[in-house]
Amino acid sequence: MIKINHFSKTYKTKNGQIDALKDVSLEVQKGEIFGVIGYSGAGKSTLIRCVNLLEKPDSGTVSIDGTDITSLSAAGLLQARRKIGMIFQGFNLLKTATVYDNIAIPLKLTGVPKSDIKERVDRYLAIVGLTDKQDAFPAQLSGGQKQRVAIARALSHEPDVLLSDEATSALDPDTTDSILDLLLKINKEFGITILLITHEMHVIQRICDGVAVMENGEIVEQGETIEVFTAPKHGTTKKFVNSIFNHQLSDDVIGSLSETGKIISLKFTGHSSEEPALAVVAKKFDVYPNILSGNITQLKSEPFGSLLVHFKGEESETQKAINFLENQGIQTEEVMKYEQDKRIS
Amino acid sequence: MSKINAFLEEWTPYLWEALIETFQMVSISLIISVLIGLPLGVLLVLTRPGKSLDNKYLLGFLNVIINIIRSVPFIILLFFILPFTKFIVGTTIGVQGVIVPLVVFTAPYIARLMENSLLEVDRGVLEAYEAMGIKTKDIIWNVMVREAKPSIILGLTIATIGLIGATAMAGLVGAGGLGDLAYRFGHLRYEPSVMYVTVAILIILVQGLQSIGNFAAAKLKKD
Repeated sequence: MIKINHFSKTYKTKNGQIDALKDVSLEVQKGEIFGVIGYSGAGKSTLIRCVNLLEKPDSGTVSIDGTDITSLSAAGLLQARRKIGMIFQGFNLLKTATVYDNIAIPLKLTGVPKSDIKERVDRYLAIVGLTDKQDAFPAQLSGGQKQRVAIARALSHEPDVLLSDEATSALDPDTTDSILDLLLKINKEFGITILLITHEMHVIQRICDGVAVMENGEIVEQGETIEVFTAPKHGTTKKFVNSIFNHQLSDDVIGSLSETGKIISLKFTGHSSEEPALAVVAKKFDVYPNILSGNITQLKSEPFGSLLVHFKGEESETQKAINFLENQGIQTEEVMKYEQDKRIS
Repeated sequence: MSKINAFLEEWTPYLWEALIETFQMVSISLIISVLIGLPLGVLLVLTRPGKSLDNKYLLGFLNVIINIIRSVPFIILLFFILPFTKFIVGTTIGVQGVIVPLVVFTAPYIARLMENSLLEVDRGVLEAYEAMGIKTKDIIWNVMVREAKPSIILGLTIATIGLIGATAMAGLVGAGGLGDLAYRFGHLRYEPSVMYVTVAILIILVQGLQSIGNFAAAKLKKD
C-alpha cells in the first residue's frame, strides 16, 4: 500500500550536514497498522513528512497504492494528498473555528458538494464521539478531544491511508489509550492503512502489526511487531523491548546472587507462556530457579512476558537448563553486573 | 451658559465640516491602504525562505522600498511626492490631493502590521491544510488571514489612529479636517477654545476607535 524506496535526505546547517534519512526503504501492507519507533532525532518525523511530500526527499520514491507520489505534478499532488489523511502531535486545528467548521471548511475547500458536507461532518463526529461538541471552539476542548476532532477531520476526506505524526505524544496515558483504541477501530471498520511514528513503545505494543526501528536516519530492524520484539537483534530494539518490562535490580543484589549461580532473563510469547517450563526445569535438572522479577504484557493480541530468574546450581547443570529453555522457544540472556543495558532486562 | 451657546453657534458648522473632512480622508485612504497593504503583507510572508513563494530578491526589494517610505515623516512625504500625486489624481490640493500621500504613507505601514499578524499564525495549521491537498490561495484566505484576524484588527486600529494623526497635516495642502481647524483658528488666529474642542474631539475619536478595535479583536479571538 505504502512503498518507500531508498529515501535519503540531508539537511545543511551551520554546524555541517545532518543525514536525516539514509537510504530508507519500507513497505506497509494494505489494512495494516505500521509503526516507526525511534528516539528523538532518529529521522522518523522527516520520514513520515516525506510520504506526503510535506518535505521533499533528496532521492528515493514513495508510492501509495501503486501511484508514484514523488513524480506527480503539482495538481496531481493536491489530488493525491486528499486521499492521505494526516494527524499531528499539535492537533493543528483552526482556533477561530468551531469543531463543526474545522471539519467542514477543508471539505468545502476540496470541492465536496455543499449538500454532502453536513452529512459527512455529522457522520465522522459521531464516529469519534464528539457530536455534542460541534459548536465548541478548540480552546474549550481537552487534548484528547482536540485529537478526536483532528481524526474526524482526516477521516471526513475518506482517505485510504492515515499518517500519524506522534499523535499521542502530547496526551496523558489514559487519553493515549482511548486515541489508540479509536485508531484501531477505524483501521478495522474502514480498512484504512495507518503509518505512524512514535517514541512510545506502548503505542507499538498496543496497536501495531508491523514495526520499524529507526536510529540515526536508518532503519535498523523491521518486520512484524511480534517477531521484531521477541527476537531483537539491534541494541536500540533491545532497549525499547526492555523499556516495557521495568525490572529493577541493584548491582549489589546481582553481585551477591552471581556468586551462587546465574541470573537469566527469560522472554516468551504466545503459547510458550502457558507451559510451566520453569517447573519442568527444576524437576529435570539439578538447579533451583528463583524468580526475582516478572511481568507479562501484550504485543497487540499476543501475550509477551519477561522473567528474571536466578538459577542456583552447578555451572554445567545451569547451562543444560538454559539450553532446554531455548529449545522451548524461550529467549534467554544472562544478566551481568555493571551493564546498564542488560541489568534492566 | 450663554457663552457656550454662542461658541457652539459660531463654531458648530466649522467643526462639523472639519469632522466630515477628517472622516473622508481617513476612510478613503484606509480602504485603499488596506487593499494595497494586506496583499503586500501576505507577499512579505510568502516570499520568505522556505515559504510557498520563496523569492529572496522580491522579498529584499519589498523590504527596501517599505523601509525607505517608512523613514520619511509624513509632512515631508506630502511635499516630496507632489509630482507623483499630480500624476495620479491630476491635482495636489484638497481632499483628493491628500489621499495619495496618505495612502503612500499608510500602505507600507499596514503591510508591516499585516506581516507581523500573519507570522503569528501557527505553522502546524498551515501544514495540516497543505497535507489535506488544499490550494495555497485557499490556505492564505481561509487559514492564514482567518486565524490572524484578531491580530489584523488590532493592527488596523493602530494604523487608523496613525492616519488620523497624519490628516492633521493635510491642511497644508488645503484639504481641511480637524487638525487644520485647530491649527488655523486655534493657533494662527488665537482662538484657544477652538483648539481645546478639536483636541477633545480627537481624543474621543481615538479612544472610541481603540475600544471598538479591542472589542472586535476579543470577540474574534477564541482562545
